[in-house]
Amino acid sequence: MRLTVNGEPREVEVETVAALVRTLGLDLRKVAVERNLEIVPKSLFDRIALAEGDRIEIVHVIGGG
Amino acid sequence: MNAPVQTLSTADQDGWSLAGRTFRSRLIIGTGKYKDYALNAAAAEASGAEIVTVAMRRVNLSDPNQPMLVDFIDPKRFTYLPNTAGCFTGEEAVRTLRLAREAGGWELVKLEVLSNTAHLYPDMEETLRALKLLVAEGFQVMVYCTDDVVYARKLEEAGAAAIMPAAAPIGSGLGIQNQVNIRLIVEQAHIPVLVDAGVGTASDAVVAMELGCDAVLTNTAIAGAKDPIRMARAMKHAVLAGRDAYLAGRMSKKLYADPSSPLAGLI
Repeated sequence: MRLTVNGEPREVEVETVAALVRTLGLDLRKVAVERNLEIVPKSLFDRIALAEGDRIEIVHVIGGG
Repeated sequence: MNAPVQTLSTADQDGWSLAGRTFRSRLIIGTGKYKDYALNAAAAEASGAEIVTVAMRRVNLSDPNQPMLVDFIDPKRFTYLPNTAGCFTGEEAVRTLRLAREAGGWELVKLEVLSNTAHLYPDMEETLRALKLLVAEGFQVMVYCTDDVVYARKLEEAGAAAIMPAAAPIGSGLGIQNQVNIRLIVEQAHIPVLVDAGVGTASDAVVAMELGCDAVLTNTAIAGAKDPIRMARAMKHAVLAGRDAYLAGRMSKKLYADPSSPLAGLI
């Protein structure tokens, strides 16, 4: 399945948001995810199925002023 | 303007309230521009700050193991204040803070809606519109703003949790450019007023506190110092000194000398 993750095209073999985040080597507790401009609540990471062409944003907190 | 006189014991316990929470430290520090997060954490410790600002950004997918802020500055010990730095519209700000709320449950946030990358002053019309969108979604919003006395009142009326006028352009370290406006904003406000942006060294923080600000927010003054940990400590003392001076009520200025030793009994 072809997705756009953080602005970059990416071919993945996963079905859920949770699986995508894990595949990318990220800690589920430390990120927030947006799918096609809508927030994906953490409680639904396991249940939200990804679809061809989804635009996913994965963000976290960094240093800032 | 002088504050009502308090006894010293009251002043010693002088905390401040922000969106229903009470804080002892009147210094908020940013977490940007440090050499690394370890130095940032040491400076946070030395500053005595209880609140730190943070930014929301894309995870670097090419290096998922790079150091993370939360592993150095514990969000359970420090109140994280997510900002909207880099946003130019209300919609971008709302989007960013929705992500912040999902990432860490943070509802106390710092709104900044920029107008121009040369001076980084906020677009106040768009800031006010963004504030209303965020308040409607239940956020408690501390608002980065110009030192415009009239807009400060409009922000308070729209439900801001705190007003945070820029004393000078972000990152400039030029100090408080318009003391009159900061004082007027403090006098009319019923919510906390913080100087945000433009503080360059400890004396700038003292001036802000002597003008009656509830707290000071600074990033570059500490991160950009040759010794950030020592500057963090200087800022800690500066806000304490400025607050005490404000509460003490300064002497009136005189045009001519007035001897401190009595003239009577001279030999």
